[in-house]
Amino acid sequence: MAMDTPPRWDRRMQQRLARGEAAALGELYDRFAALVHNLAHRVLDDDDAADQITREVFGYIWENPDAYDPKQGNMRAWIARLTQSQAVHRLRQNEATAYAETGRGSVEELEQKVRRASVAARADYIVTSMPRPLRAALELAYFQRRDYRQTAVDLGVTEDEARRRLRLGLQLLSSANTRHPEGGGPPGYGRAR
Amino acid sequence: MTGANGDADGVARAPWIPGPRRAADDHADLENPAVGPEAQPEPGPEPEREPEHEPEPEPEVPVLTHGVLKSLLGAWALSACSAGETRAVEDHLTACAPCADEALRLRDAVALLHEDRDLDLDPLLRSRVLENCLGRRPARIPIPGWITPYDAETARLDALLRDIGESEWHAPVRLKWYEEDRIVRRKATVAGVIGHLLAVDGLVSAALGLDDPLGAGTPELSPSERTEAFWAGLDRPANRSLRDPWREQSHTLIRTVSFAGRGVADLTVTYKDFALPLRDSLLERAFECWVHADDIANAVAYPYAPPSGPHLHDMIDLAARLLPAALAGRRRTGLAAPARHLVTAGAPGRSLHLEVEGAGGGHWYIALDSPAAIGSPDRAVAQVAMDGVEFCQLVAGHISPEEAAAGQDGDREAIRDVLSAAASLSRL
Repeated sequence: MAMDTPPRWDRRMQQRLARGEAAALGELYDRFAALVHNLAHRVLDDDDAADQITREVFGYIWENPDAYDPKQGNMRAWIARLTQSQAVHRLRQNEATAYAETGRGSVEELEQKVRRASVAARADYIVTSMPRPLRAALELAYFQRRDYRQTAVDLGVTEDEARRRLRLGLQLLSSANTRHPEGGGPPGYGRAR
Repeated sequence: MTGANGDADGVARAPWIPGPRRAADDHADLENPAVGPEAQPEPGPEPEREPEHEPEPEPEVPVLTHGVLKSLLGAWALSACSAGETRAVEDHLTACAPCADEALRLRDAVALLHEDRDLDLDPLLRSRVLENCLGRRPARIPIPGWITPYDAETARLDALLRDIGESEWHAPVRLKWYEEDRIVRRKATVAGVIGHLLAVDGLVSAALGLDDPLGAGTPELSPSERTEAFWAGLDRPANRSLRDPWREQSHTLIRTVSFAGRGVADLTVTYKDFALPLRDSLLERAFECWVHADDIANAVAYPYAPPSGPHLHDMIDLAARLLPAALAGRRRTGLAAPARHLVTAGAPGRSLHLEVEGAGGGHWYIALDSPAAIGSPDRAVAQVAMDGVEFCQLVAGHISPEEAAAGQDGDREAIRDVLSAAASLSRL
């Protein structure tokens, strides 16, 4: 879908948002709402909370279109980062409230939960952003349980190529597990290729 | 670095790394239903235990080069290679540290794959999110209120299209409408219906001086002629590639209208046999978008709700405003009873009271004898009560006037004429 967003689209969208065009806001929503909602849901595992994050993320972008720097990557990756940090922030808040009320849980447990949620959200993002041929190969091999020879036939590529795509797809996905130093951009939210 | 050609330095001892799950063709599900794709066995050295292949004959283990073994790591992690290859890879992993390292990483990555939730966004979320944004920072270039039904309906259909699979684009859709007082049908596909919407929305584009999807210099054609011309002009059967041009055109229409001045609402859009001001034309396009989205949703067994109450109300209102002229047209061709009491233009005339129940409902008074007369409660000679969605189905030609289970009271002839005129508003 919006995998290969050309930078031109991103810059143009930014200009239109800055100009205060309501129609641009609608287009932005149509393109990214599913991404935002799914990532928020992956972290918070709650529909209402994901709705709320969606509202906050689009509200922030609409009020601060200049916060996006095209030099740092595409808009999709930026929005994914915003969403994840917002969702993780909410998760910490929720857990802290629960801890204050019940006294159950520990800092380590919270950190572990946050880490798991972040990895899962990054992995989702990587899967939806990876080049289509890699994603198609993974889907066949994993969800359809096709072996790599059948995958090659289904995709109309050589067996070598099918093996290459499966390996490369998993390599990309495995970067979701890489921990990153605080403050640095999380891996996985780079350009799609 | 993992992935480097590590033949020379790869002799460090590594533990046996069992495969992540049984190969796809080994009926693992039947033998051990509890182990789904997500449930990975714990990694860890289990050198003594034979892998679970025991009852099967020993696979023939092929002799493979390091390059091939390395290239198999992804397939291995996904259990997507043959039993022999699996064995060859696992033997290799005990001897090659870089490959063992990568194998573990890839296997952990497999655990991150899971089915798309396929959780549809609440269609009402869009308007809530946008309203919240506009409350925080008002738009300098707002979307005029009269195109919000078109904006909302195209967005809802687009969300539906986003969620359907490749093959569903070719699912058969039976289009039906009312013509010459009977229901006619036309076979299409999901993609064909999107082509239809693209071609007819193109009328509005052309009226605004935008690119016509049928190409520049297309003569004036009716909506169905445009559709047939568009379908005939495709060099392959319609497919999902029509989604983008359809969506782009609807976005461009909304954007163009937002930038145009207030007067644009009254711009005339001609449909060959009739014409509508732009504001009604885009309301009519919103209505068609919903009706066909509903056709598509039925074809792919997908739930699809009616438009929001205020938008439904606008659509019903448009149909009610078009009814007197439709009645007059039918009268000219002898399909409706002759006028009984002509009044001077602008004066209240004999009327039918249309009472629409449910979301978007209200009361309308349809002038019966002349489009120039004003509908009036005082001169109502009949009353029809219907549900809003049902009335829209009648206007869409999805149900016949006889099927419209209306609560009826008063002049039978007036009721029959109005319900038939409502159905006659439908077309492909």
